[in-house]
Amino acid sequence: MNLHEYQGKDILASFGVRVQRGIVASTPDEAVAAAKKLNEETGTSWWVVKAQIHAGGRGKGGGVKLAKSLDDVRSLSEEILGMMLVTPQTSAEGKLVNQVLIAEDVYYPGESETSEIYMSVLLNRNTGRNMIMYSTEGGMDIEEVADKTPELIFTEEIDPKVGLQGFQARKIAFNLGLSGTAFKEMVKFVSSLYKAYDGIDASLFEINPVLKTSDDKILAVDAKVTLDDNGLFRHKDYAELRDKREEDPIDVEAGEAGLNFVNLDGNVGCMVNGAGLAMATMDIIKMAGGNPANFLDVGGTADAARVEKAFRIILQDDNVKAILVNIFGGIVRCDRVAQGIIDAYKNIENISVPIIVRLQGTNAELAKEMIDNSGLEVHSAIALAEAASKVQELVG
Amino acid sequence: MSVLVNKDSKVIVQGFTGSEGTFHAGQMIEAGTQVVGGVTPGKGGQSHLERPVFNTVADAVKETGADVSIIFVPPAFAGDAIMEAAEAGIKVIVAITEGIPVKDMITVKEYLADKNCRLIGPNCPGVMTPGGAKVGIMPAFIFNPGRIGIVSKSGTLTYEAVDQITKAGMGQSTAIGIGGDPIIGTSMKEAIELLMNDSETDGIVMIGEIGGQMEAEAAHWIKENGTKPVVGFIAGETAPKGRTMGHAGAIVGGSEDTAQAKKAIMRECGIHVVDSPADIGTKMTEVLA
Repeated sequence: MNLHEYQGKDILASFGVRVQRGIVASTPDEAVAAAKKLNEETGTSWWVVKAQIHAGGRGKGGGVKLAKSLDDVRSLSEEILGMMLVTPQTSAEGKLVNQVLIAEDVYYPGESETSEIYMSVLLNRNTGRNMIMYSTEGGMDIEEVADKTPELIFTEEIDPKVGLQGFQARKIAFNLGLSGTAFKEMVKFVSSLYKAYDGIDASLFEINPVLKTSDDKILAVDAKVTLDDNGLFRHKDYAELRDKREEDPIDVEAGEAGLNFVNLDGNVGCMVNGAGLAMATMDIIKMAGGNPANFLDVGGTADAARVEKAFRIILQDDNVKAILVNIFGGIVRCDRVAQGIIDAYKNIENISVPIIVRLQGTNAELAKEMIDNSGLEVHSAIALAEAASKVQELVG
Repeated sequence: MSVLVNKDSKVIVQGFTGSEGTFHAGQMIEAGTQVVGGVTPGKGGQSHLERPVFNTVADAVKETGADVSIIFVPPAFAGDAIMEAAEAGIKVIVAITEGIPVKDMITVKEYLADKNCRLIGPNCPGVMTPGGAKVGIMPAFIFNPGRIGIVSKSGTLTYEAVDQITKAGMGQSTAIGIGGDPIIGTSMKEAIELLMNDSETDGIVMIGEIGGQMEAEAAHWIKENGTKPVVGFIAGETAPKGRTMGHAGAIVGGSEDTAQAKKAIMRECGIHVVDSPADIGTKMTEVLA
């Protein structure tokens, strides 16, 4: 589950991580009030207005702007709230901005130069341990840094037996070239950051940039926080932070029906049991000359109610020109699945696209017979290759 | 000979009396597996499916001599169940449970590091040696005893491969579902290594998917050490970047995570890669001819 910047920062702060302070606002009035409050609390007289959407690269799309007066705060909030923000990580139409974070200005001049650092915490899948990845090249796209100057990216792996140790935090601060107050601040920052990661069942922290201020404070200017969905049962309060407005409404509807669904751009819908077979079915559609319109895993119980719901969700997409149902009946019997498909088809009534049903496994022959004799516009198949060639005939 | 499980394996079921455990234990017994009992804390002393129920895995091992365990415990308690099995001296632990938090699996992996046992899964369909033992949830009727080993990250796609091998007139030595989570007990390389060293396996099918480095690691190992033909398939060529495709681990992060990149490495390493999952059986027939 992804969180907004302001939500992520609130959580980090609760673990003692220093963050750029801010207040979230949904209207220009709230934004101005937030700016006044921040001025009282922090003394800041410039503010940053930051669009809150689940996508990176917000600055590039015009979603992050500096306000030098309360009038600026108002006009920039008016401009950003309600806009369709397009960034390198969103679709071409962009994402609607519902909230802005009014944040204190932390790039003020002072004794020393400010510098931007990159830091993330994530699982190293090769070792099964968490690691901290960091670089002096903050504020840039880390993939670009990895591409051009990989020697500037460091990693520090954490032994799960003992957790992050002090010498590791010091090593990170040394490698980042820090000294004096900034060094001590960084050691504390890293330790608190890892404590937060471990404490909330996170699956990714990306803090880009971490800023060394001109008075040698270390703080998180941005925060991308992703939680492990499987760990949410331990964190009911965080589960409430989910912002469904950020997700594709069809994905949300499917999720509520217990279907594992991802909406895609293609023209052939598919309904499959099992995630691996679902991906493989999408690949088959592509090879047959079509493009998958979705990923959909109906799970182990492909009964009539679920099949009907799945059909209705796939058919919401006007681009869908055909639907391929691919069920490998292992424990579930294919004749039951076939009956479910026939019932669902009849209930929906106005299905105007051809459907190819491939049922394999227990009672596959009987299931094919039932589909063939149903009188419906449904093409049946048993072998996977046969289903693929039927897709090709219809859309290839 | 087969690998991991055979007709002599003494299997216990953790989460025995729950609905999943009950159903699949019944199916395993029907497939000829020696299920010697089960564990449900608090129900020790009872009998279930005409087999004894124990409070702890240690009790079950002491009374039955069990050496294999299959886990159907809910995700919040599954990590604990795996460690209990390891502590009790179980040699092969098969974790079916889907949805175990990554944080728990980090602890489990560390705990198992110095234990003399092998974990398969979690989030996997289990292990099946046709004619020997089924320790999993795979449909037994599609299997046929034979000499092809199968290693796969996914469930129904494994069945697809098994079925094609059977229909092509061959059979399976052992099929191993290694699971689709970010942290799993036995990697693709390790599973393939087991089959490569098995005298009753003549060819291997490896089925991977987007996400992680496991297929590349296995491919490089095969290039150096392979003695048998390997047919490979990677699911997810059409999956978009940054979206999780059903399995928690199936997500394209970097450029090395893509199906295309994995297939290219596998081809370089001498694996017979098929682009369509419908061609697994015919390709194996072809390379063994």
